[in-house]
Amino acid sequence: MSKVVFLEELCKGCLLCTQVCSKKIITQSSRFNKQGYKVVEIKPEDLEKCIACGFCSLVCPDSAIVVYKSVEEKEPENV
Amino acid sequence: MTEKIMFPKPQVLANRPTHYCPGCHHGLAHKLVAQVLEELKLPEKTICVGSIGCSVFIYNYLLLDTIEAPHGRAPAVATGVKRARPDKFVFTYQGDGDLAAIGLAEIMHCANRGERVSVVFVNNTIYGMTGGQMAPTTLVGQKTTTCPGGRCKDREGEPFKMAEIIGSLGGTAYAARTALNDIKNIQKTKKAIKLAFRAQLEDKGFGFVEILSSCPTNWKMTPLQANERIAKEMIPYFPLGEFKNTLGE
Repeated sequence: MSKVVFLEELCKGCLLCTQVCSKKIITQSSRFNKQGYKVVEIKPEDLEKCIACGFCSLVCPDSAIVVYKSVEEKEPENV
Repeated sequence: MTEKIMFPKPQVLANRPTHYCPGCHHGLAHKLVAQVLEELKLPEKTICVGSIGCSVFIYNYLLLDTIEAPHGRAPAVATGVKRARPDKFVFTYQGDGDLAAIGLAEIMHCANRGERVSVVFVNNTIYGMTGGQMAPTTLVGQKTTTCPGGRCKDREGEPFKMAEIIGSLGGTAYAARTALNDIKNIQKTKKAIKLAFRAQLEDKGFGFVEILSSCPTNWKMTPLQANERIAKEMIPYFPLGEFKNTLGE
């Protein structure tokens, strides 16, 4: 099972991750962080749809998303 | 069954929030530079030369030895550093107001001499830090605070195509233009940065990457609209690709 962690204090609510999400499950929440930005989230019921492609983590200019992927044997090459 | 972090944050990248606006591509460009440095095992021997502009605080975000150059003079400073310490890896990180306007002479001569330095050139077609003035790379028709009616071709001329200009010089080993608007282009940007760095490491010559990036604040757009603008307006005028590659790849 994959896991996505949003480091909310680093998020600036630019929503670049919502566009690249291959399952379109990242949405803007109604919570503000200390910087005053509305942070993004994945709703708990949508989390199982996540395929851990990592595109949100790749595109995040503030490195605010950490994607953990469960791997069994051969690790995919880090690009 | 183990857990693997996808696209892990590079160690060279400092763990602190950046001062960049939401959706600014500088953070992404920093991350790509940091990843390439780590992949080439360079952080210990790297000297970064910062420029003036939004990227002036690069020393806060990349944990490297850094020199802050006067406005536009980063290639000249890098030349001095590289000649004094040829064992070090030297790169500059410059914006378009810095490199293509006040620093045009420095970058041209540095490239023409074939200095063994690498340049990461972030082109967002505007002066970001000072509040959105017209830059030499501003597109014809684009509105800025100093050309509120839009850039006029007859009055201000057409934007500089830096990657082509640098690619036409004899000392250049690698010159390319990439963009940061989608995943595919981000991956290509990383490859281009790596090749520009390798041009220096393999003693081939000057390495140059122009990265088309966005400035949502000064373009008066949301980050997603800014990404669309890169694809629809910038890439047709600034074609992506390699303009010189003597690395044989």
